[in-house]
Amino acid sequence: MTDAAPATAAEDVHDLRPPRNQWWDVWDQFKTHKGAMGGMFVFISILLFVFAGPWIWQVDPGLIDIRSRNQGSSWAHPMGTDQLGRDLLARMMYGGRISVAVGLAAMLLGLVLGTLIGVLAGYFKLMDGPLMRVTDLFLALPLLPLLLILVTLFRDPLEGAFGQAAGVFTLIVVAIAITSWMQTARIVRGDVLALKEREFVLAARSIGTPARRINTRHILPNVMSPIMVSATLGIASAIITESALSFLGLGFPPDFPTWGRILYDGRDWIEQYPARVVWPGVLISLTVLSVNFIGDGLRDALDPRIRGR
Amino acid sequence: MFTYTLRRLAFAVPTVLVISLIVFLMLDMAPGDPTGSLPLTIPLEVREQIRAALGLGDPVLIRYFKWLHMMVIIEPSHMLANATGWNIAVDGPRILSWQTRSPVGDIIVQRIPQTLWVVGLGYVFGILIAVPIGVISAYKQYSWFDQAGTFVSMVGFSVPTFFTGVVFILIFSVWLGWFPSMYDTTHRVRDWDSFLFQVRQIAMPVAVLALFNASQISRFMRASMLDNLNQDYVRTARAKGMMEKTVLLVHVLRNSMIPVVTVIAIGIPTVFTGAIITEQIFRVNGLGDALIRAIYVSDWPMVQTITFIFAILIVLFNLIADVLYGILDPRIRYD
Repeated sequence: MTDAAPATAAEDVHDLRPPRNQWWDVWDQFKTHKGAMGGMFVFISILLFVFAGPWIWQVDPGLIDIRSRNQGSSWAHPMGTDQLGRDLLARMMYGGRISVAVGLAAMLLGLVLGTLIGVLAGYFKLMDGPLMRVTDLFLALPLLPLLLILVTLFRDPLEGAFGQAAGVFTLIVVAIAITSWMQTARIVRGDVLALKEREFVLAARSIGTPARRINTRHILPNVMSPIMVSATLGIASAIITESALSFLGLGFPPDFPTWGRILYDGRDWIEQYPARVVWPGVLISLTVLSVNFIGDGLRDALDPRIRGR
Repeated sequence: MFTYTLRRLAFAVPTVLVISLIVFLMLDMAPGDPTGSLPLTIPLEVREQIRAALGLGDPVLIRYFKWLHMMVIIEPSHMLANATGWNIAVDGPRILSWQTRSPVGDIIVQRIPQTLWVVGLGYVFGILIAVPIGVISAYKQYSWFDQAGTFVSMVGFSVPTFFTGVVFILIFSVWLGWFPSMYDTTHRVRDWDSFLFQVRQIAMPVAVLALFNASQISRFMRASMLDNLNQDYVRTARAKGMMEKTVLLVHVLRNSMIPVVTVIAIGIPTVFTGAIITEQIFRVNGLGDALIRAIYVSDWPMVQTITFIFAILIVLFNLIADVLYGILDPRIRYD
């Protein structure tokens, strides 16, 4: 008699399916968002184009062939050539690498900075006031002018320290990151403030878990959803900012093609060879659009109120 | 309401001071020297005297306060005196641009009207397009109009303005030849024909900005309308037998406009800084163009002044947005 009851309970447990990771639920919801799936498809295609493309299309983007300059599209040059006879398709691939890499790196750095400040401000009461005042201050700064100034001022010292390519890359990534962490910090702080009053945090603290461990094991996993949404938005705005800097002639030097730089160079030839501005522009726009759609889908998928409906 | 406004103001003034310090220090560290372009034949001691006369030897804090005095008292007084003709200009050294050797304030006064026209019209048209689209999208949620509107606004704020601008130039001035691709600032409106030319040359930059602003504002408008459409007071209004038009345009629209108005106010300075790019595309010689040119030639006084003006605009419009919200929605005044 006494043995029977636990046995049936055990059988019931066996009937249940193994616990499902919550990210599978998110993925199920994400799949129903048509725009987000389309965006994902386009974004992955663009990533393949810029990262795997140069293995298939093995043309040096810097190769100057002055005899075949200003050509339209042909089998030898599918997107044509520029005023120095450099192959535009190869330049678009290498330019995309830099643009996407800047976008990803700046987003990651900004995200880390924003999350760190958000968690510190939300969890430690002493730091809340000062850190949030700093955030407000950064939000009141004129960001685009400051970015332009930062890039102009620190270009030469950094190029001297890291070499031309790495110096400009570091400079632009850091400059974009320190002007874009504020929204993440605010959102994370708000969530942490609410989370740290919950019972599971109290339980963790009552068994003597140090603050660092509470944050990394209990609080951070619970603020992942807003962080992921701001990550997608961060990639989009970082790519736009980098191209805007290049477009104003203050980004990468001309021998490093980025999409913004190619657009900037092509603008002088717009009347004769419009393809030269259309290709980079379309790629920048498609990347940003696809990332924004992914962000939209992610926001819906991570919202438990919508999920499962 | 008065204490609320005062409290907001008390936050704004220190913010402006700290920002001015940041802007000053950042450019104070900049390489380049106002005496750098003087002829090498000038003896060293004379060069030192010139540097001392420019106040370059003073400690940083003293230079900062001197600069702040010039920036917030002397320059604005001269600008006001020029604009109104009153005799209120304060005597004292003025901030000189290193590229033109003329006071920075005078150049800025020349540049402001172009920026205000282009940016202002772009913003006004953006709002005029966005509000009806947002209202209809929300009222007929998931209809084909809503789907199309949401998609277009997503495209509108994903495509950067420097690409929309270039595409507009390509279509409307290279292929169709309707509008000039460059903005002629020396053009004066005297008669009907010159007015028409002004309209044609301002059309493209305004359209680019309007499209971008409209796509952002219409998303806010739609979300805000959707929040309000399910509220109890809407059901009450319908139950009273009010016409659908009154319910939508009087009850829901007025309440939905509260957050949108503040978003519009906060967005005004961002539009100024964002217009830097639009001004570059269409070669409008406004404030943003002056900033970019000054950065190219390391004219730091000019850069400092324009950046500071942008910072003041941001703080000012944040303040206006806060106060507006307090006026429109009494619940947040906490008094």
